[in-house]
Amino acid sequence: MTENSPNIQQRPKTAAVGDVAIELVGINKHFGPVHANKDIDLKIRRGTVHGIVGENGAGKTTLMSILYGFYTADSGQILVDGKPVKINDSSHALELGIGMVHQHFMLVDNFTVLENVILGAEDSPLLKTSLAKARSVLAQLATDYELEVDPDALIEDLSVGGQQRVEILKALYRGAQTLILDEPTGVLTPSEADHLFKVLETLRAQGKTIILITHKLREIMAITDDVSVMRQGAMVKTLITKNTDPAELAELMVGRRVLLRVEKGEANPGDVLLSVRDLEVKDDMGVLRVKGVDIDVRAGEIVGIAGVAGNGQSDLLEAVTGMRQASAGKIQIKGKDLRFSGDAGGALVRKLGLAHVPEDRQEAGLVIEFEQWENAILGYQDDDKYGQGVFLSIAAARAEANEHIKKYDIRPANNRLKTANFSGGNQQKIVLAREMSSNPDVLVIGQPTRGVDIGAIEFIHNQIIAMRDAGKAVLLVSVELDEIRSLSDRILVMFDGHIVGEADPATATESELGLLMAGIEDQSATKPENNKERTK
Amino acid sequence: MSVRKPLPRWADLILIPALNLTLAFLVSGLVVLIIGESPLEAVQILLFGAFGYGEGLGYTLHFATNFVFAGLAFSIASHAGQFNIGAEGQAYIAGLGAILVALFLDQTHWLIVMPLAMLAAGALGGFWGFVPGYLAAKRGSHVVITTIMFNFIAASIMVYLLNNVLKEPSNMAPESASVVNAGKMPQLREFWDFFGFAPVNVMLFVAIAALIFTYILLWRTELGYKIRTLGKNPDAAHYAGISNSAIVMISMTIAGAMAAMIALNEVLGVQNRLVLDFVFGYGFVGIAVGLMGRNHPIGIALAAILFGALYQGGQELAFMMPAVTREMIVVIQALVILFTGAMEGLFRGPLETIFGLIEFSKNSDAETEKDQHKDSKE
Repeated sequence: MTENSPNIQQRPKTAAVGDVAIELVGINKHFGPVHANKDIDLKIRRGTVHGIVGENGAGKTTLMSILYGFYTADSGQILVDGKPVKINDSSHALELGIGMVHQHFMLVDNFTVLENVILGAEDSPLLKTSLAKARSVLAQLATDYELEVDPDALIEDLSVGGQQRVEILKALYRGAQTLILDEPTGVLTPSEADHLFKVLETLRAQGKTIILITHKLREIMAITDDVSVMRQGAMVKTLITKNTDPAELAELMVGRRVLLRVEKGEANPGDVLLSVRDLEVKDDMGVLRVKGVDIDVRAGEIVGIAGVAGNGQSDLLEAVTGMRQASAGKIQIKGKDLRFSGDAGGALVRKLGLAHVPEDRQEAGLVIEFEQWENAILGYQDDDKYGQGVFLSIAAARAEANEHIKKYDIRPANNRLKTANFSGGNQQKIVLAREMSSNPDVLVIGQPTRGVDIGAIEFIHNQIIAMRDAGKAVLLVSVELDEIRSLSDRILVMFDGHIVGEADPATATESELGLLMAGIEDQSATKPENNKERTK
Repeated sequence: MSVRKPLPRWADLILIPALNLTLAFLVSGLVVLIIGESPLEAVQILLFGAFGYGEGLGYTLHFATNFVFAGLAFSIASHAGQFNIGAEGQAYIAGLGAILVALFLDQTHWLIVMPLAMLAAGALGGFWGFVPGYLAAKRGSHVVITTIMFNFIAASIMVYLLNNVLKEPSNMAPESASVVNAGKMPQLREFWDFFGFAPVNVMLFVAIAALIFTYILLWRTELGYKIRTLGKNPDAAHYAGISNSAIVMISMTIAGAMAAMIALNEVLGVQNRLVLDFVFGYGFVGIAVGLMGRNHPIGIALAAILFGALYQGGQELAFMMPAVTREMIVVIQALVILFTGAMEGLFRGPLETIFGLIEFSKNSDAETEKDQHKDSKE
């Protein structure tokens, strides 16, 4: 721990270009018993891109929220241009030239770009003058920073990348000199992410300071000048990016050596266990999301479905796992048709030998108010193992829960603990343990490591590979392209409800996959409206 | 986010209801004070009236019996995520089944009448819960709307039946014929003089059995597991292959059947005939009982006794302290319902903050110790 001096030091500084733009000294923040930020010292140089990496829950977002005035620190000091300041709310932060682009966009969907940009920054009671002014400023910003967006487009009609550009424009319109971006690429296609990085480079060239919060080391290496690593609320180290490498950063993040690659042997594909033909699926609104998809998953192979979120993968997953009726087409599990009425699908797929880790564990995979043992039998509550007849054998359920805890290293090892009190990674392990222990023939996994720490990711990946090696057919959906590439034996790319291509993970490059994911054939296209499906 | 944490179990189950109750009584005390009577004396009368002597206790237990059934009717549905406010109507319509069986079998034995009357009443009350459940599960109607409408439908049907079908020609009042022999529920006073004229009867034991039954149902059976899963997370229930619509219908039916037991306690335990409005608002108070009892049988038992005591002690108070009118008693009961039911969360926020702070100071103490330890090691 190098930069960890508990004493608050005040060093008055005069502002100069290239010098420290923002300095945090001895920042502490508690949330109840959680010490989210411990004595954080951080210096951010003007005109640089400063990366902040750390696992989920390391305190990155909390720290930035303190800088942006969302939270107030319990102790410590913030210096902007060398002057100590107290930032009480976000408008105050904006006055100081600090703008933030949130992970979840703060936009009004049915307003135009222009209306969103002036929202909260209107110059007069009449909108007309503000809008006119914003229009000219926006045009200027667009040419300066390659941030072209149609000012009259409705937000809901823009692609995710387009919406993000609006967020950046909003901050710049308010005169931000320092931009904080919280996990900006999580929702973007690779090409959109490239475009974002280009914008960031332009911003940096124009003297803006950028703070980039991410957990993707590749992005850190690609664009940042400096990088700060956080672990468990503490600032571990700040490094010059070009003097470090991903392995070192990962080690600093986790506190031990991590294998960044997944070790796996050759696949031995056997019989087709899951087969999908001409599948069409409609969502709750009646919009066709999956538009004729064929997939075969064989025993002993992992098929990964890549794609930008919202291109039908979730609906495909729901149909295959009996959560949703297919509107057309055929699904076969081990040669048996998946056909059901009403809400009987969930029970039927289990009977046919398919286990399912849902995309959002808190939404569907767990009852977070339940104790862990109660969740250890969710979906298998009718098994004779947990009591024949009407009664539930609590002893058997607890024994099973203890098995899971032991085999999957769920911590804390207490089956009476409320599930909500487990960390994200351990919650995911509770679901995985349950589904893998049911000894299925087909395993369908959505977002296996969403919100899971690096240490647990390694474990989960190894478990998935072990399932494959045990001869299971594994269908994997993830928005993390790296994950798909490292786990899958075959990659199917989904765009706009279609499988638009198949790739061999050993040979396919990221840009090839990225183009497929964006649904475009040629390299040049980075137009804003390309990945959001609106069929109405 | 702020410095808050979920309350420990004991605080949630004991401290919060106790605080709510204290506040309700403080405000009630103010009301009594305003009309120029001594609140302390009023409390004394109320407590003595409810628990101080056999007959009072008997009445308290009789009322509590109703509240247990009504509270369970609310809570069982509540565990499945349904807000059943139809116990009133479910109990009312069930009166029909109870009285018809009792009249028909009046010349047999109560051991024959009772189970059959329970079945008939339970079937009608259960049906009255099932239909809103069906509408919710299959048609997406909200049970709050449908159950309250079913209360009105039940009331109208009963008025019609009592006036046009069940009324004996010789009788001017809208009421059925009376049961005189086996149709009456055995009164506890027949065995213990202690209870005076109080109508507490064998249904008290049925209420206790219902509490135990509910506990086993919810926490020891597969069905109960499914009910609780659905109530806490419908998406997870769907994922787990639990038929949401079936569970909604089943739990609403069980809830209706629970409410139906009020009919036996009142119709065959007190009135010995079917009269208009015999449910008397017990079904609605059941909502407060369920909320205050945290939807747990033990909590419901305690809350039911509390409300039973309020009903009985309140009547005593109105009698002994004429300035405190019948209406004032209703005000006091309403205050208790308000503070324990509707404003149940009043103390939750502040308490969570307080507990959070206590925890926080404990933790930071521990942390400084740890830090010091580390420093000394270095």
